[in-house]
Amino acid sequence: MSATAPLRPGHFHGGIHMPDHKAESTALPVAAVSIPSRLILPLQQHIGAPAKAVVSVGEHVLKGQLIAAASGRVSAPIHAPTSGVITAIEDHLVPHSSGLSARCIIIDTDGRDEWANLPPPIDDFSTTDNAVLIERIRESGIVGLGGATFPSSIKMEARNNSIDTLIINAAECEPYISCDDMLMREQADQIVSGIRIIQHILGVKRCLIGIEDNKPEAIRSMSAAVAVASLHNTEVVSVPTLYPSGGERQLTLLLTGKEVPSHGIPANIGIVCQNVGTVYAIADAVLKGRPLISRIVTLTGEGVAKPQNIHALIGTSAGELIAQAGGYTDKANQLICGGPMMGFSMPTDEVPVTKGVNCLLIASEQDCPPPEPATACIRCGKCAEACPAQLLPQQLYWHSRSRNFDKAQDYHLFDCIECGCCSHVCPSHIQLVHYYRFAKTQIWSKEKEKSKADHARQRHEARVARLERIAAERKARMRKKKAVLKSKKGGDDSAKKAAIAAAVKRAAARKSASRAETESNQGATQ
Amino acid sequence: MQFSSYSSPHTGHSENVTRVMAQVLLAMIPGIIAMTWYFGWGIVINILLASVAAVSAEAFVLKLRKRAITPVISDLSAVVTAVLFAVSIPPLLPWWLTVGGMLFAIIVVKQLYGGLGFNPFNPAMAAYVLLLVSYPSEMTHWLPPRELSTHSLDFLTTLGIIFGNDLQQGLSWDAITMATPLDEMRTQLDMGKMISEIRLSPLWGDYGGLGIEWVANWFLLGGLFLLWRRIITWHIPLSMIGAILIMATAWWLAEPEAHPFPAFHLFSGGVIVGAFFIATDPVTAVTTKKGQLIFGALIGVLVYSIRSWGGYPDAVAFAVLLMNMAAPTIGYYTQPRVYGEQEKKGGN
Amino acid sequence: MIIAIVTIAALATLFGLLLGYAAVRFHVEGDPIADQIDKLLPQTQCGQCGHPGCRPYANAIANGEDDINRCAPGGEATIIALADLLGRDPVPMDEEIGEKLPSVALIIEKDCIGCTLCIQACPVDAILGAAKQMHTIIESECTGCELCLAPCPVECIVMIPIEEGIGNWIWPYPDNDHRDLSLSREAL
Repeated sequence: MSATAPLRPGHFHGGIHMPDHKAESTALPVAAVSIPSRLILPLQQHIGAPAKAVVSVGEHVLKGQLIAAASGRVSAPIHAPTSGVITAIEDHLVPHSSGLSARCIIIDTDGRDEWANLPPPIDDFSTTDNAVLIERIRESGIVGLGGATFPSSIKMEARNNSIDTLIINAAECEPYISCDDMLMREQADQIVSGIRIIQHILGVKRCLIGIEDNKPEAIRSMSAAVAVASLHNTEVVSVPTLYPSGGERQLTLLLTGKEVPSHGIPANIGIVCQNVGTVYAIADAVLKGRPLISRIVTLTGEGVAKPQNIHALIGTSAGELIAQAGGYTDKANQLICGGPMMGFSMPTDEVPVTKGVNCLLIASEQDCPPPEPATACIRCGKCAEACPAQLLPQQLYWHSRSRNFDKAQDYHLFDCIECGCCSHVCPSHIQLVHYYRFAKTQIWSKEKEKSKADHARQRHEARVARLERIAAERKARMRKKKAVLKSKKGGDDSAKKAAIAAAVKRAAARKSASRAETESNQGATQ
Repeated sequence: MQFSSYSSPHTGHSENVTRVMAQVLLAMIPGIIAMTWYFGWGIVINILLASVAAVSAEAFVLKLRKRAITPVISDLSAVVTAVLFAVSIPPLLPWWLTVGGMLFAIIVVKQLYGGLGFNPFNPAMAAYVLLLVSYPSEMTHWLPPRELSTHSLDFLTTLGIIFGNDLQQGLSWDAITMATPLDEMRTQLDMGKMISEIRLSPLWGDYGGLGIEWVANWFLLGGLFLLWRRIITWHIPLSMIGAILIMATAWWLAEPEAHPFPAFHLFSGGVIVGAFFIATDPVTAVTTKKGQLIFGALIGVLVYSIRSWGGYPDAVAFAVLLMNMAAPTIGYYTQPRVYGEQEKKGGN
Repeated sequence: MIIAIVTIAALATLFGLLLGYAAVRFHVEGDPIADQIDKLLPQTQCGQCGHPGCRPYANAIANGEDDINRCAPGGEATIIALADLLGRDPVPMDEEIGEKLPSVALIIEKDCIGCTLCIQACPVDAILGAAKQMHTIIESECTGCELCLAPCPVECIVMIPIEEGIGNWIWPYPDNDHRDLSLSREAL
């Protein structure tokens, strides 16, 4: 396909139309960073192994300083978002569906916002080795900011030029969320620089920027920036507003007409997909040497006084940001991290914003009504009509519900992207996605248990084998010793006998000699 | 501040079962009015009687099963079953048969299998078939459409016949009832008559049974309403009607004097109601779209086959029940290709 | 009469031979049932079932010598898996045994006298140490079988339950199911 050919957005199965509620939070410009008195930085803000803290309590850290290092390939480091003192490394509530706590580094900020020595900017990235650029992205702690939080550097690693298309995911299809929209309106130039860097690293032939058509300002601003930068083979594609067009797989299909293989990744079909916020962060890391220490967060919903987007330091608590946005209204009923379709509700606002939190939805009962009691499934099939992964949600439901996990997997449980379309359209009000999550985590835990059991069995068998071997060896040794002893004992016996015999002989000789002497003496005396 | 916690999505739901069922009932109203117009007050009485019986039976079973009664009753599914049953039975069916049919439908066919969503068979059709094979005479006492009717039965008389199970003086079953067009067609064909001869009977309208063709038209309108409201999809009605049309056309073209014309099959009996309201019952049909095409088409084939060569003049109920049995299997073998699955050639 | 007897005898012989041939010809060298059972057991080797390890318990179940409800670490999940495998009805956990939470052993190192008794007791070699040296437990290898507790002369080994964290958290079963959980297996 030549770059000049008009791109016709493709089509994915299902999806749902719903009110987008974006206007509420796009009226105000993105508010600047304000430094809270305390930052809470979970060691796990990404998919993969948690980072390892490299600072200790009481230490003073500077803005941008590494405070937790990546532990392994799929992991990401964490940097201090501002200067301050580490006051604790302890468990704290984190933004996670479980509502559980995890290990966090807690910084009391000093307000001086003093920068650490940053790595030098790489202005001339086009002559810089890819490995250096990728390493920069890795050490800057950049992860997918669309919510998946997969370490971005891994997606950039050399694949022998097998990647031909870069997709910039700027669809932002979930209602209420507008952080990517605002970023594109205000920072299109830096996004374009980021695209240039990624294009250079991947050596891609074309780049498609997918934006839903309910964001005309963003489309205009991005198109203008692309034109000004005269970026070749890069196109801003307006895609129809239909949730979940921003799903990686759905957007890929929309823009290229190709499907990402089941259980595969876009790279399998020569595509790399990056969220627009991630692209911005990559430009920051490469061109300014700045690690990922802040992000734009949408604060919206009827529960917050002034819905808006805020440029927030990672680790700022939800409560602080809500206060910055004018505080709660009387209608605040639910605090959701993320959007209404895929976000999870948090019990309190003491939860920190992490790299993956794009939105805090402070929902009223009108925004997000409490779930109604479920009634029986009438098998209407609305869920299957809405499913963007072309699954049979109803079958998945029956099998997950009866804990028939093998069957659920036969029906492609793990192709479910948990977008929530099926639950939304279900006339029986069944929390379908909840069942799938239940089944998925159960299956993972069973697999973990099984591999643990296999491992224990191996170790046990190895131990039994070793003990048997040792026992056998000991037995063999004893047998050998016995044999040696036996043969030795046999020799001794005859020698002893001989010695005894000799001794007896000697004694007898002595006796006879003495007797003869006595006799002769007697004879002599007589 | 403490917040409520729920699992996503948090958007609430765009539809509910009661609304779905209510729209099905709404869609049936034109057809019911037409039926009442042509066949008298018995239709209305039967609908009310069946509804009361069905809802009471459901409440009774739920009480026995120690389940909440109101949320289940209020889903209106029992009423839908009752109405579908009531428009299938003869207008003057004795009350105890109607009530008995509903008890069977709700208690045995629906609740004993676990209630709404778990019943493999369409309850209304199962009850209809039970009565048809058990009380063949009562179940074939159909009234003639109003144009042919010699005795107009007012509301109270109808009520009296249904509940008194007896005819007033001066009336006889032979006088007030008449064969249905499908019955007539069948008997006459069996007697070796030509279609052109049979068509001379006053039972025929323009393209189907007199009166019945208009009832079918109004039900068709309701069906289109359901399609428009996306309560049902086109797959089952289209494939079912399509299959009947194709078969009917083929045989009719081959022997126009021995096989009725295609429109006759659609507009003389229960095909339209069956295609839009009965076969599309989601609980007992196939869920997959491809499966629905097969399901509908096979119902159509069965309807035509039973009508032409089987033992009953109308066959929608039998055809639907037979295919209900096959539905899970059809669904299993017609699963859609999952996004990204590579059995077939990739996405392009 | 004789013909009948001869016929029956001939048929019997024929079918006997056929069956015998089939038994040899179509012999299935399947996964012996004890292996399959062993695969479902958690391999803690704890012996709480009264057998000296998982494999012996698997053998006992396979031979019908013991019931399927005696595996404490496996708990209900294991009972259900075994019931599925063996086509039996799940039974409640044996009361003497009772279910227990997954945990790992921890040596209170200041109290350890370095006697090596626990090392000898550990079925999966998860304890590191030498005579008169402090011992320690490799947490990732510990199956939580508690076999090291009894031999320790100074009682310096404690069991630490594995805490639920975001890494091993499981979504709870949806609570607004439209029926009670009578269909689910939890109700057993």
